[in-house]
Amino acid sequence: MTMVAAIPRLLAGPPSSAGPEPLDAHQARIGGLPPARDRRAIIPVLEASGLLGRGGAAFPVGRKWRAVADRSSGDAVVVVNGAEGEPRSAKDRALMACRPHLVLDGALVAAEAVGATDIVLYVGSEHRDAHRALGRALDEREPELRRRVRVVAAPVGYVAGEATAAVRFMNSGDARPTFLDQRPHEIGVGGRPTLVQNVESLAYAALIARHGVAWYRSAGRGQTPGTALVTVSGAVPRPGVREIEYGTTIAEVAALAGATTRSASAVLVGGYFGAWASLDEAWDRPLDPADRAPAGLGFGCGVVSFAGSDTCGVRATAEIMTFTAGQSAAQCGPCVFGLAAIAEATRRLASGSPAQDDLGRVDRWAGQVLGRGACHHPDGAVGLLRSALDVFADEFARHQARGRCTVARAEVA
Amino acid sequence: MSTQVLWFATRGAGIVSLLLFTAIVVLGVITSVRWQARQWPRFLTAEVHRSIALLSVVFLALHIATAVIDPYASLGWVSALVPFSSSYRPLWLGLGVVSLDLLLAVVLTSLLRARVGRRAWRAVHWTAYASWPLALAHGIGTGSDASAAWMVGIDAVCIVAVVTAVAWRLAAGRRGADLPAVVASVGRSTSSEPGALR
Amino acid sequence: MAESLRLDPIRCDGHGMCAELLPELITLDDWGYPVIAPGLVQDRLLDHARRAVDVCPVLALRLERAPAARPPAPVPTTAGAGRR
Repeated sequence: MTMVAAIPRLLAGPPSSAGPEPLDAHQARIGGLPPARDRRAIIPVLEASGLLGRGGAAFPVGRKWRAVADRSSGDAVVVVNGAEGEPRSAKDRALMACRPHLVLDGALVAAEAVGATDIVLYVGSEHRDAHRALGRALDEREPELRRRVRVVAAPVGYVAGEATAAVRFMNSGDARPTFLDQRPHEIGVGGRPTLVQNVESLAYAALIARHGVAWYRSAGRGQTPGTALVTVSGAVPRPGVREIEYGTTIAEVAALAGATTRSASAVLVGGYFGAWASLDEAWDRPLDPADRAPAGLGFGCGVVSFAGSDTCGVRATAEIMTFTAGQSAAQCGPCVFGLAAIAEATRRLASGSPAQDDLGRVDRWAGQVLGRGACHHPDGAVGLLRSALDVFADEFARHQARGRCTVARAEVA
Repeated sequence: MSTQVLWFATRGAGIVSLLLFTAIVVLGVITSVRWQARQWPRFLTAEVHRSIALLSVVFLALHIATAVIDPYASLGWVSALVPFSSSYRPLWLGLGVVSLDLLLAVVLTSLLRARVGRRAWRAVHWTAYASWPLALAHGIGTGSDASAAWMVGIDAVCIVAVVTAVAWRLAAGRRGADLPAVVASVGRSTSSEPGALR
Repeated sequence: MAESLRLDPIRCDGHGMCAELLPELITLDDWGYPVIAPGLVQDRLLDHARRAVDVCPVLALRLERAPAARPPAPVPTTAGAGRR
């Protein structure tokens, strides 16, 4: 997969094809971290920088670290979240595989800032390049850091990367989200205050520690400062991971992936918990977490997936809903039954043999499922579904009325 | 109080206790199989089950207290609480004591449910299925009226009720939703992730 | 006292007794699981609410002081974004 940077920051330096950047090259290129006592004061720096989390929720990183630091008495835990169970996202595994030392730097800075003794690298078990790169990178580092770090293979699955699921996996081997009053920053791994932070967020924190607030905020065109990784896929000539500044438009992202004309018809932004948008409306819209629904695209985990005009939106929706239903942690009735029923109905619509008013049923069930699980998995699925029902409204209506697909080559984006 | 009155009270309270325990087991089964009718909602089963359980503790306390106080029976409080420690029919009395201990555990864990945790509560609650036959055996073994026709009739009714209830419970199997099975059946509908990156 | 109902969706096993006892605020969805009306419980319904909380065989329902007393969890900024 090609990785090309529009604004190189994380991806500055050797291309991804060169493999993981070793320690000496990493330090020669961007220097070492500032001295330890300066690093501990990083929380106000991060707050001033406006750095947002890159796992999908875009929660302010400085505020999150402060919440953990406030509760830590030197015994906190930093969980580096590289689970990346989102099928259309590849940025985290790519980052871990080619810039492992940036990730480790970020983890170290976080540990010092929140007062953590232990660091856990929670890496999706299927991301073998990332595992290898991080393992080798750890071997290059000083023994004091190696002693504090352990690598945990996250189970394959969509919800395994959710913060409470990650903590629970480390406590009991069960990677399912929990519904407790205690959030990870209060009681997490081993009952200790825990910071669960996405790898990309930590990598940016490592750069901010070196270059400062003004540097970070010098990029970014819209409301949100800085740059971010996106995974471009679908109907484009050169899919892959790119680094863009916030505020970059869909059209520019398509161009980065080699699409010079607007051949696609719809785009999925943010992942399976994001939303579809029609390119007629979204082509010139910025990718920015602050640019929110209903008109805005949001950002999610940076997935930008183009659907060609030969893609049947109904079939694509049915496959995605079936996937998300099958990924339910099976703990809450509304999620299990609701998503299963929605998946079945969308499959009937896609295959051309819908039941009467399947469309109305799907809409009603979407409302019934929203907000009724222990985690946000059903909410994400419903958000995606509703955007699909809006963007592909004509196709859905045709499938319900005549049971026929009018798209020539029905392929998933 | 004359020993005659105490003796009647012991027997009476014991029989009432057995009848109440039988009702409790039946109602417990009805709760777990989630049965309901138009005029009998599910919450009613659950609430009556609990009310009768608390009532049965009262009758059981009466049964035990009158037996211990009765000078003729020469039972101490110890023999009422420690199984198989009485001098009078230690085995049959002891079974009653075990039944009592199990019942107390069930009642206490239920009253302190919020603190005990779901798994512990369930494990203790299941011992009710052992507590009931022990109570029945205790009555047959120590009861002064055990061989009387009317008492045999009462025992028979109780046995039929509990056996029927247990059979119903076994036949119903797991009544709550098997969520993992539902999810697994969805997962089998597709073999691969849509649009997954290689 | 201002109180609201809170359901633990993992513990909930769809018995539906709560909906029987508090139909003003709790209805059952297509699969028998409770849908709880958001907001504070009116004073006149508090006793019924307590009874509904009490009857739940799996202790999935709770009555809590109004949500403002609890610090809010991080809110997703995109529609239904997850925390990962």
